[in-house]
Amino acid sequence: MKSFKEKLSERVFLLIALSTLSVLALITVFIFIKGIPIIAKVGIINFVFGMKWAPSQGAYGIFPMIVGSVSVTIGAAIVGVPIAICCSIFLAEYAPAKLRNIFRPAIQLLAAIPSVVYGFWGVLFVVPMIRNYLGGPGLSILAGSIILGIMILPTIISITEVSLLALPRHYKDGALALGLTQWQTIHSLLLPAAKSGIVAAVILGLGRAIGETMAVIMVLGNAVALPESVLDPVRTLTTNIGIEMGYASGEHQQALFATGIVLFVIIMILNATAQYITRKR
Amino acid sequence: MRINAKTSEKIAKCLIWTAALLVIAILFSIIAHILIKGIPMISWQFLTDIPRDMGRSGGISSSIVGTLIVTAVAVIVATPFGIGTAIYLTEYTRESRVTRIIRFSAESLAGIPSIVYGLFGFIFFVIYLKMGWSILSGGLTMAIMILPTIIRTSEEAIRTVPQLYREVGFSLGLTKWQTITRTVLPSALPGIVNGVILSIGRCVAETAAVILTAGSALRMPTSIFSPTRTMAVHFYILAREGISMDNAYGTAALLIILILLLNVGFNMLVNRFIAKGR
Repeated sequence: MKSFKEKLSERVFLLIALSTLSVLALITVFIFIKGIPIIAKVGIINFVFGMKWAPSQGAYGIFPMIVGSVSVTIGAAIVGVPIAICCSIFLAEYAPAKLRNIFRPAIQLLAAIPSVVYGFWGVLFVVPMIRNYLGGPGLSILAGSIILGIMILPTIISITEVSLLALPRHYKDGALALGLTQWQTIHSLLLPAAKSGIVAAVILGLGRAIGETMAVIMVLGNAVALPESVLDPVRTLTTNIGIEMGYASGEHQQALFATGIVLFVIIMILNATAQYITRKR
Repeated sequence: MRINAKTSEKIAKCLIWTAALLVIAILFSIIAHILIKGIPMISWQFLTDIPRDMGRSGGISSSIVGTLIVTAVAVIVATPFGIGTAIYLTEYTRESRVTRIIRFSAESLAGIPSIVYGLFGFIFFVIYLKMGWSILSGGLTMAIMILPTIIRTSEEAIRTVPQLYREVGFSLGLTKWQTITRTVLPSALPGIVNGVILSIGRCVAETAAVILTAGSALRMPTSIFSPTRTMAVHFYILAREGISMDNAYGTAALLIILILLLNVGFNMLVNRFIAKGR
């Protein structure tokens, strides 16, 4: 028999635990309430696919920013995913114990560095390098991709490493006993077996990249136009909010919340997909 | 022609080591650059004087104070909720629809970008609850942001406490509450502290969410209802608007030092705990 006190404490803890749900609901409701009116006024098609963003003239089209966000995120994946997967294989399979003990906290540290510092470092080193060697203004999709590619490393590395280490030990023993080399074991057995974990890791990394603001504000150039090459500057959904929230009011401010809605929906889809993949395993 | 096994082994090993060393080199380059340029700027006066002339001269004392109080508010609010949720998930329930919903919410919160937290904090705390741009608005926004981290780390820590501890507690006639507070939580403490330290680091490093909720006022805060400019925001404004590179470097160096201390401090704590556990 449970005593009254036990039951009470269970209820109290349930209420506390439901705080995550209520906060998530609050966030969703408030951002939608603030952003929906302008989407309704402009029309969702015009808002999402509109090419012109000129708040002073009442033009609110965010298509160039969607293109900006997507291109920088794909770029970040191209830069970051191969390096991250190599690093997690290094951690899980190749690194000597001593190096592993240095490498792991180093990856943690990479996650702890403020995003403004990444942006600053990008402006000092990455942007001038692109300007000098590849041309263009330097502030570009490429610069953003490189910075974001670095910033998503910790997310992808830690989740991939965990899914590699979670594989049953006999997988590897069996393969090695069959005379496969270490690399053959990894790429023909361990990586496919850990696939769902790696995919989830990459999706979460993409979510991180598409949501990053301060670092990319500093290196993307922020021009509202469709880019023609990776050396062109772009503006993303996040930087649109970050740059203009400081002075926006009225409809303009609503349009920034509407930009937030689009971002929020993209992120929730990515999150749900990652969670679904992890759970299925 | 197929590359033979030995060659591909060599190539793979080479690529993997290169990737690992590249990552370390990048990390080192970022930290070293900021520290080399920034540490000479840090002086007693820099730490204790308020910013003057928009931050062109003077120090950053008001930003240091602002950062500390915003972080404190966030941690004080989020920690009880985080640990409480973790206790519910581990001690009070089996996997069910309710736990799935709670986990889904926590993981979704973890994925929401900080700029969206900024938007929410602005419309909810600053405008709707009329808290204005303030340390309180910033701290509460950040509390929501760090909640998933504290839940996850606490849950992992509580799960690693051996089942035996609970059984012994019950067999001695302790109630569930007594078992949790006297045996489970103390043994999970290092893991929980880890989560809190990670969260402190996250608050100190955050920019997008605080700039929209705590504002960017340079004066010394007088209460939690004062607006403030945290160090990360101060660094961002100094660097982006080119106000003072020297002071920007000094601020960044202080941020990096704080984060290094938090990380190193945590690792020492873990090592001590492992040593004690043996």
